[in-house]
Amino acid sequence: MAITELSHYQQAILLLASLIVLTSFLMLGQSRLLRLVFIFAVQGILLAITTALAADVLDSPHLYISALLTLTLKGIFIPIMLQRLILNMGLHRDMETLPNPARVMMGGTGLVVFSYYVCLPIVKLSPLITLNTIAISMAVVLLGMLLMITRRQAVAHVVGFMSIENGLFFAAVVSTYGMPMVVELGIAFDVLVAAVLFGVFFFHIRSSIDSLDVDQLNRLNEVEK
Amino acid sequence: MAWLLALLQTLLFIASAPLLAGWLKKVKCRLQNRRAPSLFQPYRDLRKLWRKEPIVAHPASWIFKAAPYIVLSTTVLAASIVPLIAVNLPTAKIADVVVLIGFFALGRFFLALAGMDIGTAFGGMGSSREMTVSALAEPAMLMAVFTLAMSASTTNLSVAMNYVLHTGLVLRPSFVFAMLGMMLVAVAETGRIPVDNPTTHLELTMIHEAMILEYSGRYLGMIEWASQIKLMLYGVLIVNIFFPWGIAQNFSLQALGFGALALTLKLAALTVVLGLSEVLFAKMRIFRVQEFLSFAYLLSLLGMLSHIILEVRH
Repeated sequence: MAITELSHYQQAILLLASLIVLTSFLMLGQSRLLRLVFIFAVQGILLAITTALAADVLDSPHLYISALLTLTLKGIFIPIMLQRLILNMGLHRDMETLPNPARVMMGGTGLVVFSYYVCLPIVKLSPLITLNTIAISMAVVLLGMLLMITRRQAVAHVVGFMSIENGLFFAAVVSTYGMPMVVELGIAFDVLVAAVLFGVFFFHIRSSIDSLDVDQLNRLNEVEK
Repeated sequence: MAWLLALLQTLLFIASAPLLAGWLKKVKCRLQNRRAPSLFQPYRDLRKLWRKEPIVAHPASWIFKAAPYIVLSTTVLAASIVPLIAVNLPTAKIADVVVLIGFFALGRFFLALAGMDIGTAFGGMGSSREMTVSALAEPAMLMAVFTLAMSASTTNLSVAMNYVLHTGLVLRPSFVFAMLGMMLVAVAETGRIPVDNPTTHLELTMIHEAMILEYSGRYLGMIEWASQIKLMLYGVLIVNIFFPWGIAQNFSLQALGFGALALTLKLAALTVVLGLSEVLFAKMRIFRVQEFLSFAYLLSLLGMLSHIILEVRH
């Protein structure tokens, strides 16, 4: 479908989808942790709005519940928790500058093109309007992975992991009218538990190597050298 | 008749450019709790510069004296291409956006030459910086233009505006990205605050001002006027491409009047946004400018990708 043939609600879904990718790119280029978490919260809120719109367009009211869950968990609860962790551990003044941000960004656009090519056959399968965004959701997943690869801070890894989960959830919403409620509740709960566990892990990592820089984990050895 | 109208539109364009600069100054002063000069202050400054005798350094060659004329005339030609209050004018039909960018490049080339002509250290430094910034800004600008061209299937501004007018309100992701990219490019190209400070007196941080440090009198007036026209050009490009509603589609007096009114309101609003961003952000270090412009390029590129991925029929 060309965009001019869609209703404004459907156009708004496409617009929000592209904004979600933009937040992924912003996360890639962000060197301060608090801002990283803030952008993650924005991504969660955008995802919740998209889900609510999709509920209206696809006429599947159970998506409203998913939207509400996403908003409370990924838009509000987890970001606040991460923020508190960062403030508690005194990481909010740390700057992690990427050696070459432009190269990472261009790698990111390469990933977007790649996911477009991979998803092209799937898009052709079905006339579902929102299916064009499946490439976008896959790009969000890959960009989350790129974020985890390029960073050394454990907190940034967690944000990357959560944004991978955002991408998967987005794919489920736009391509299959959302997952069954049981699965969705289960995943939401898992994410919540994961966030809590990560918090515990942060303290463990820090107490063993006195930093959250995961590069230093390379020095840990089973045997004495 | 249409040619006359095109001529009048260009004259209106170059005559109202200082007014926009005055309005921008007013907005900024208001935001910084200062007393603003009158809206017409830029006209008075230009008149004062025009009356003064230009003083030219001894080693200056003909390039130094010719550059202000070339800069001003290329900018005026560029202004004649851009539809201001009416589309379908003959001048807009004979040249497209690529020509527009070419005019900018020509003017910039001579300005950079003039900066180096006298042989002062600051002039050469300014020229080198200006060329660095523009080499990074131009790809982003072209990419934003191509994004627009892919939607409208044309690089002609007038046709593209007609296309946007006729399809009505469509929430295009690509246009949002292209607009953001173009805004960043506009900030860099017109030398506004995060990239360059137009009111600075510290030579080491200058970009545009360093090139024109040796100019005085009439020559300086021409260059100042050209940079005011350039600021307005970018503003008009942004508001008329992405929000063309209100622009006159026929040449009746009523439509033209309404077009002028709509354009004034849109430009005034855009200038408030620019003023706000100038007050909120500090000037970047010169080495951060390439990050800023690569972000602009990224936005334009994302605009093109989102056009291909989301907006076309597969």
